[in-house]
This record gives sequence, C-alpha cells and structure tokens, in this order.
Amino acid sequence: MVTTLIRRIIQAGFVILAMTVIVFLGVNVIGNPVDILINPDLNQAERLRVIESLGLDRPLWQQYLSFLHGLTEGNFGNSFVYSKPALDVILERLPATLELALCAMVIAIVLGLPLGLYAGLYPNRVSSRVIMTGSILGFSLPTFWVGLMLILLFAVQLGWLPSNGRGETAMLFGVRWSFLTWDGLSHLLLPALNLALFKTSLILRLTRAGVQEVIMQDYVKFARAKGLRENRIILVHILKNLMIPVVTIIGLEFGSLIAFSVVTESIFGWPGMGKLIIDSINLLDRPVIVAYLMMMVVLFVSLNFIIDVCYTLLDPRVRLDGKG
Amino acid sequence: MESKIATEAESPTAQTGQIPISRRIWPALRYFFSSPAALVGCIGLVVVLFTAIFAPWIAPQNPYDLLQLDIMDSRLPPGSESFSGVPYLLGTDGQGRDILSGIMYGLRTSLIVGIASAFAAALIGTTLGLMAAYLGGRTENFMMRLVDLQLSFPTILMALMVLAILGNGVTNVVLAIIVAEWATYARTARGTALVEREKEYIDAARCLRIPGRRVLLRHLLPNCLAPIIVIATMQVARAIGLEATLSFLGLGASVTQPSLGMLISNGYQYLLSGLYWISFYPGIALLITIVSINLVGDRLRDVLNPRNAR
Repeated sequence: MVTTLIRRIIQAGFVILAMTVIVFLGVNVIGNPVDILINPDLNQAERLRVIESLGLDRPLWQQYLSFLHGLTEGNFGNSFVYSKPALDVILERLPATLELALCAMVIAIVLGLPLGLYAGLYPNRVSSRVIMTGSILGFSLPTFWVGLMLILLFAVQLGWLPSNGRGETAMLFGVRWSFLTWDGLSHLLLPALNLALFKTSLILRLTRAGVQEVIMQDYVKFARAKGLRENRIILVHILKNLMIPVVTIIGLEFGSLIAFSVVTESIFGWPGMGKLIIDSINLLDRPVIVAYLMMMVVLFVSLNFIIDVCYTLLDPRVRLDGKG
Repeated sequence: MESKIATEAESPTAQTGQIPISRRIWPALRYFFSSPAALVGCIGLVVVLFTAIFAPWIAPQNPYDLLQLDIMDSRLPPGSESFSGVPYLLGTDGQGRDILSGIMYGLRTSLIVGIASAFAAALIGTTLGLMAAYLGGRTENFMMRLVDLQLSFPTILMALMVLAILGNGVTNVVLAIIVAEWATYARTARGTALVEREKEYIDAARCLRIPGRRVLLRHLLPNCLAPIIVIATMQVARAIGLEATLSFLGLGASVTQPSLGMLISNGYQYLLSGLYWISFYPGIALLITIVSINLVGDRLRDVLNPRNAR
C-alpha cells in the first residue's frame, strides 16, 4: 500500500513536470508578447530596456529554469497586464470561482437527486418521462446559449435578477463572498443555475440508473416484505446505497465545474479565474496563462490522486497496483 | 483456397454472405426507424445537412456579400420587410444581415469544423487504440496511461490549453478539439479490440501468416467499427458544441466565416437591449443540430449493439 502510494506520488510529480515543459514551451515559443505589450511609439533603447526588465531577452532554457525555480516558490513572474505577481492575480479571483462552483454543485445536487429518485421509483409516470426528456435537453443545450437565454428572460424581460458582476460582497475569513448579502445572492443565482444545468442532468440520470439497479436487490424486497414504511425504504435502503456512485461523481465533477466556469463567468461578467484566463489569452498575458494552466494541472492531478486513494480505502476490490 | 478462408475470416457475418445485402440492410433500417425519436432525429439531421450544403442556393441573401447588405435594414425584428420589400423572416443583425441566411451559412462552418475534427480525432484515436490492443506490452501501457491522463482533464480545459499555446483561429480550434477528443476513441477502440483479438478468426488469420498490418486493418478494424461509429456520431455533436463555445469565448472561427457560436456571440451585445433574435435563432439552430445528431447516435447504439440483435 505504502509503495503504491509513493509510486503514484512520483508518477503525479512526473506528469506535473512534463506539463510544465509543454505549457511553458508552447506559450513561449508560439506567442510573442513583445509586439503586443510594448508601446510601438517607444524608441529602440527603451524597447530593449523593457524587454530586459521582463526577462524576454534571455535564452529559452534559462527562462524555463528560472520559471521552474520560481515555481517551487509559487512565483510565476509578474503579470504583464496587472504588473503584479501572476499567482496573486489568480488567487484574488479564486474565491469568486470557488463560490460559483460550490453553489452550482449544491443546486445540481438539490435538483438532480430528488428528481432522479422520483424518475427511478416511478419510471412509468408521465412526469418521469418529462423529467428524463428534460435531462436530455440539459445535456444537449449549449451552456453558453442557456446562459444568454437566462439573462434575456430574468434580467431583460422580467427584470428580476441582475445579469452582470458579483454585487455586494461581505468579508468572511478575510475573503469577500457574495452569498452573504442579498444583493450578492441575487447576482449569484443566474450564473450558478447556468453552471449547474449540465451537472444536474448528470446527477439526475446517475441517480435514476442507480435506483433502478438498487430496487431489484434482495435487501429492498426483504425490507418491503418486512413491512417497513416506504419512506424508510427509500431513505435508508435505497438512498444510502445510491450515494456511493453519486458521491464519486460529485467529487470527480467538481474539478470540471471549475474548468467550465470559464464559459459562465464570461457570460455573466463574474470576476473569477475563468474570465481572467480568457482575457489573458486574448492579451497574451503569459505569466497568468502559465500560472492558471499549471494550477489546473496540479488541481486535476491531485484530485485524481485523492480519488484513487479513496477508492482503495473504501473498496478493497480496487487495487492501485493492478493494471490500468 | 487461402484467400477464400481469409475472406470468410474477415467478418462474423461471413456465414450470411450468400444473402444479398439488401435483405440484410432493410430489416436493420426498419428496426432503426421503429423508434419515433430516431425518426425525428433523422429528419432533423437531413434538414440540417440539406440547409448547410445548399445554403448558397436557398439562402435569401449572401451575408458575406457586402453589396447585398443595407445598413438601413440593421436590427430589424423578425418578420419585418427590407427597404426593397424582401421579408426578413428571422430579423437582421447589427450590420443589416439577414439572420436566416447567417444561420444557413453558419451551419456550414459549424458542421465542417465539427465533422472534420471529429473525423480526424477518430482516425488518430482509433489507430492508436487498435495499435495499443494489438501490440500490447509497454506500448499499450504507455498509451493507456496517456489516455487516462487526457480523460482526467475536462475537454474545455484541454481545448483552452491548446488555444492558449497556439493562439486563436479556425485551424487551431480544430486542433484543440482533436486533442480534447482523441482519447475517447482510443479507449473505445482498445476496449473492443481487446475482446475481438481473442476470437478465432484473428487466430486463423495469424495462422495463415497474414502480415500484422493486414490483420489489423482488414480483420480487426472492421469488427471494431460499430462502437466507434456510435462514439463518432456523438462526438460530432460534442465537437460542434465545443466549437460554438470556443467561438463564443472569442477564441474560435474567423469573423469572415462566422459559425453558429460566433453568431450567438454577436448577438450578446444586443441582448441587454432586448434584441433577442440575433442570438436566439442561431442558438435554436445549434440546438436542433446537436439534438438530432444525439438522437441518431443514441438509436445507432441500440441498433449496432450485438446484444440487441434479433
């Protein structure tokens, strides 16, 4: 167990290292920020001085080594646009994205789980069919278009909810949060709903499939034969056994929520990491791009590592040292 | 003699080889269309394809021909008439372009990008997956690690990574979609090939000393195609959606040949003033395209699944 753990950690380290090379080389070899960031009116001497101050004149491998050195200290270099450390720029935006992703996940669970349970328990009712068709739509509808339609309906036509920004925020643990004020909450609702759409469908379908599997099991039949109340059977016997795959998916999908928040944040002007990365790509702000991509790589590699470890702890049938 | 055995070994349907093809295809087609959803999907797909292919002939206006545009006609609501009396069924955008024509031309770009990237990803992924299954050992291990790694990242993140490195543009979007999707094919192809590899006809082909490449291409590949076709259908829909998303984010197709995503993005700025039609109708077109493809793919999965064979 310990050896496999260590091997996994080393593997993860190699993956991250390989990604640093790919990301750094790719961003540095192909884009040329000199033309974009330096005022064309500057004369040659001033140009050279700016290039030097940004460290763009050194050979690539030196830039990479100093980048790698900076990486170990959490230093990705200064953002060309904000003239602040790139990591700070991203970390400033992190709470907004986390808040959005968490809210979306809560909405997805609160909507998806009961609806999936219902559709699984009563598969032949018309309402269940409607729910299932709706979930197909949830998969097929392009997220960004749904976002626009939400704005159109709730912000423009009805005028109930705002369509842009975070609204009023309140401090908690030294970080600003939107969900603590009514104004912030009203700003949060539409983007969170938009981001939750896809995951709701996913959890819904997973729950329904799980219910239909569990309901055939002997212990459910036995519970019925014992004369237990239907509520108890659903809540204890069915729901509890259902939670294993559902919790797994929630863990796995949280990372992808953060990645997909790129789209939602751009539509709703939500000042999170996703909007930042799109702006940075358009402005060729390399340190921020690299820092964001590396953060995502580390996030997903560690997420997968944690899930792998949890599997072995929870289910002895899954062996890490097995093939694949 | 040798060639006869080889052809018989090529496919499990060889026993039914005497039955004319039409007798085998008709029941399958009838079975396919016995589901109303599949029928709807097929009709939708035919309409979409027809519109995209014949756009230059059936569109009321060529939205890229600046001579046909009239700035006086800009931002007209659906159903209004142009200065010269031509109706704009779905309204016009900020430059006075007919939305309906824009959608017809936009469908072309979206479909070309979606199909091209899904096809290229299928080619690359299937080749690698089959090779992994056929060669086994270290190659297989390495490739499957790569696939696992790739699949642990969300597609949009992979696409963003490629675009952050390569910059914006249509070709880069195609590349990004290929990078984001090849792994799905590789995994499917390998999974199927691992099962097929153990069957007698592969042993027979090997015993006949048919060269490895031929076994791979003529014996293994045709029998692994069914699930790959199903995946490919679904992936075309996903590729179209991804392309639209990337274009919407401003990372995608060029302005001169706007795809559906770009059209929706163009309408974004007018949305807050209530001019809904500029983004609404292209979105509906996108939705119809994606849903139709998904419905057909869903039915294909049922029909091609050997477990459902009658």
